[in-house]
Amino acid sequence: MSVRHAMLALLSEGPKYGLQLREEFEARTGEVWPLNVGQVYTTLQRLERDGLVESDGSDGEGPQRGFRITDEGTRELAQWLRTPPDLSSPPRDELVMKVLVALHMPTVDVHEVIQSHRRYLVELMQQWTRIKEDDAGTDLSMLLAVDAELFRLDAVVRWLDAAEARVKRAAADGTLTRADQASKGSQTRAPLPRHRREMRTRR
Amino acid sequence: MSILELRQVSRSYGQGSAEVHALRDISLAVDEGAMVAVMGPSGSGKSTLLTIAGTLEEPTTGEVMVAGQNVRQLSRGAKAQLRRRVIGYVFQDFNLLPGLTAAENVSLPLELDGVSGRKARAAALEALDGLGLAGRASHFPDQMSGGERQRVAIARATVGDRRLLLADEPSGALDSVNAEAVMRLLHDACKNAGMTAVVVTHDAQLASWADRVLFLRDGRVTDQTAPAAGPESLLVAERKQ
Repeated sequence: MSVRHAMLALLSEGPKYGLQLREEFEARTGEVWPLNVGQVYTTLQRLERDGLVESDGSDGEGPQRGFRITDEGTRELAQWLRTPPDLSSPPRDELVMKVLVALHMPTVDVHEVIQSHRRYLVELMQQWTRIKEDDAGTDLSMLLAVDAELFRLDAVVRWLDAAEARVKRAAADGTLTRADQASKGSQTRAPLPRHRREMRTRR
Repeated sequence: MSILELRQVSRSYGQGSAEVHALRDISLAVDEGAMVAVMGPSGSGKSTLLTIAGTLEEPTTGEVMVAGQNVRQLSRGAKAQLRRRVIGYVFQDFNLLPGLTAAENVSLPLELDGVSGRKARAAALEALDGLGLAGRASHFPDQMSGGERQRVAIARATVGDRRLLLADEPSGALDSVNAEAVMRLLHDACKNAGMTAVVVTHDAQLASWADRVLFLRDGRVTDQTAPAAGPESLLVAERKQ
């Protein structure tokens, strides 16, 4: 998440003080992403250095120092809102790595590994859902932020479900061993799609 | 106190090489006022667990206790009475009678149990009102949205003095917003109206409304979540980063 652009968005409504920016940021994001004062002032300093905001000129970094967005800051904000985040290259997912490693270890039950992660994720989802329970649906920002976390975690649980089903089917079909062997002899494998090859190169 | 208890319950179908073990040695106690979710892949035994808990099916071995009564020791009539008075069922496809209005659908189980038509209707209207459906009492199921129909089904399952609500994929036919609304209603029924709910779902987001989530695999309870910490711990964790 870009704190930098969130600060620009808040300043696009009018000049504000640092402390005020912190409070409004937390309120707008349903207090799901708390900020400390240091992060706020460091971000504002960088924005000022880059000409995207300007301060009212008073000395120091105290709560009385006001900030306003510049024309260049307004252009930067408009561009950022419309630029999709880079999702084309999947991150190195630690959970995926653990399941893949467990799959090839004869002494490890991959189902048990999958279940331990699934349980942790559902427990985490229960905690996020408690936030929704406590709210009667009045804080839309908070609901959207919590939903985003729940959908993200849910996607991981679904991947675990699919992974478990695939492993179970492969074990039943007797193809699990063949897949292991195939991974050791790369000459017989079909070439990776182009974007996958590029991804591998980047890494 | 447990309103539902399964003691070493197993259920199998067929014999010999064709024998299928749907449930294997399940022991489970659900306290009054709790909401429990059961998750698991297709064929893991979720629905069988629910039908046995609801006394719609007998276990092959083991005992089922509902509201302190050992189901195996009940006569057929006593079991039917237990189902009418204590247990409410909610299904994915609502199972409302199309020729009856919302109020008639809700009052039907009470009338079948001998409650007068006038009292049953009053209770039905109160239940519908509690679920925000007062204005839909005279509508037929095909005049209502999926979310409204499921709310009618929940009203039917909770009307009267029912204490145990069993739901099989109750929001499977609904979009995510309506699905959440249904889970919120079930949650509120447990927390505010003293119901106990066991909800079968494959959806982790919906299961996360429960106090406890059981994971079923190959007919066994393989795992369950620990009591959930309060949401404040999430925010504390964020602040430490």
